[in-house]
Amino acid sequence: MESEILVDVKNIKKSFGAIKAVDDISFQVRRGDIFGFLGPNGAGKSTAMKIITCFLEQDAGSVHVAGHDTLTESLAVRQKIGYLPESAPAYGEMTVTGFLQFVAEARNVADSAAAIARVVEMTGLERVVHQTVETLSKGFKRRVGLAQALIHDPEVLILDEPTDGLDPNQKALVQDLINRIARNKAIILSTHILDEVERVCNRALIISRGQMLVDSTPRELMGRAGNHNVIRLVLREPDKALADKISAQNWCERLVRQTETEWEIVPKDRANHLNQVMAMLEGREIESIAVLEGRLEELFREITEGVCA
Amino acid sequence: MSRYTGLKAVFKREFQGYFATPLGYIFLVIFLMASGWLTVSRDFGQFLEIRQAALTPFFRFLPHIFVMLVPAVAMRLWAEERKTGTVELLFTLPITLEGSYLGKFLAGWSFLGVALLLTFPMVIWVAILGDPDWGTIITGYLGSFLLAGAFLAIGMLFSALTKNQVVSFILSVAASVSLLSLGLPQVLEFFGSIAFIGGYLEQILAALSLFDHFHSLTRGLLEFRVFAFFAVLIVGWLGCGMMLLNQLKAS
Repeated sequence: MESEILVDVKNIKKSFGAIKAVDDISFQVRRGDIFGFLGPNGAGKSTAMKIITCFLEQDAGSVHVAGHDTLTESLAVRQKIGYLPESAPAYGEMTVTGFLQFVAEARNVADSAAAIARVVEMTGLERVVHQTVETLSKGFKRRVGLAQALIHDPEVLILDEPTDGLDPNQKALVQDLINRIARNKAIILSTHILDEVERVCNRALIISRGQMLVDSTPRELMGRAGNHNVIRLVLREPDKALADKISAQNWCERLVRQTETEWEIVPKDRANHLNQVMAMLEGREIESIAVLEGRLEELFREITEGVCA
Repeated sequence: MSRYTGLKAVFKREFQGYFATPLGYIFLVIFLMASGWLTVSRDFGQFLEIRQAALTPFFRFLPHIFVMLVPAVAMRLWAEERKTGTVELLFTLPITLEGSYLGKFLAGWSFLGVALLLTFPMVIWVAILGDPDWGTIITGYLGSFLLAGAFLAIGMLFSALTKNQVVSFILSVAASVSLLSLGLPQVLEFFGSIAFIGGYLEQILAALSLFDHFHSLTRGLLEFRVFAFFAVLIVGWLGCGMMLLNQLKAS
């Protein structure tokens, strides 16, 4: 059984003057989904998120969050959502506790002390709770932003570039956190880092210039990348006969010789043909053999460049 | 959930905000020094020279102080939120535009109220020196509070208009000075001298004068028209500010 739809976006459009920031985007996010919003800078990711969180109103189309319309039931929608805006803005002169207390009050959290303790522990802010926000490092500021987004334990979490500008350790920490809290929530996160989508998301939407290009799973996306299941073979000695034999196989699209002994075998159907290749080696000495996984980078470049051209 | 959802939380945060940075204390010190000096100065209030147990010299120059200092209280209210991007955080919380706008206004107004309350030594002084007319002192403070609210509502609109606090400050000082000077005799005389419509202009401007309405309270007159004037002024500027902010918040 498929789980309940928490975010339902239908044909939204938004223009700023002559610029179409979001042009006819539709998607649904279910409970348990971690939905990656992928696109180059300026693709319309942030604008779409601002529409879902009721900061902006769309020109056309509709958005429902947990059944509430963003235009007519804005307060109810905002109550359901936890939102981390891009670059995690917070009131610099407030202490971390003071800031979280303010958000808890604004959100009518019943037991604010318990809620603050919970999110502080969750995001690892114990050390800095009495510091003012402006004295914190970028990583801590981002975590404060995450803490305020989680304070009312929302069903829908919207994170605009949650790991942008963080160092690799901090990135891993934030990604872990997202994975940990994902159950029972619908999470939408935007990023232009493809690794993150592979590591965190179970669905991905690629947008560019305000338009939706692909809505799929990261695994499926990888499968569509040009280099998926390419076999890289490094031999001890050049072997012309073997190269001809492999090229002659009906599943083989082409054999690319990087050097005399290092080849890349590109399959026609993007399926895994490792066993067939192994069988043809018949005791020849090899340095290494590997099956490449499709990189989202490749696909991303192919898709977004196609549109921009 | 009402139209004013979030007002309380915003009010509390903003009011505490004045005391979280040195700005609030600097304001209070400057306000108290300026008002004290203008009151006793031989060139301005002549408190000592007039030999009366009354706060008239104090109230007389309060508008001049407010015109410079209230915009300083108002300037950060929206400009800072828009500059640092916290406005996006604020308006994605379940807080209405009215709730946040009025929450900030009331916080600023309360802060100005605190500043006025801190002038209490002046009251003690006149009580020691003589037998003051308590009625005029109370209505004078009421008038001062209303005047501060009017300037604050004006300043808030300019704070919503721009992301730059300095620009906001300068614009609201200019607007407040213009509004204040409408009631000055020289200005009235100038407009009154315009052919045909001069007479009407003079009457209209005199009716819009902040000085005139403020001073009728400092003289101890409790008139409905004065309260209506300040109410219309404050509500009008607040309403326009809200509409402006709604348009500009995302830009």
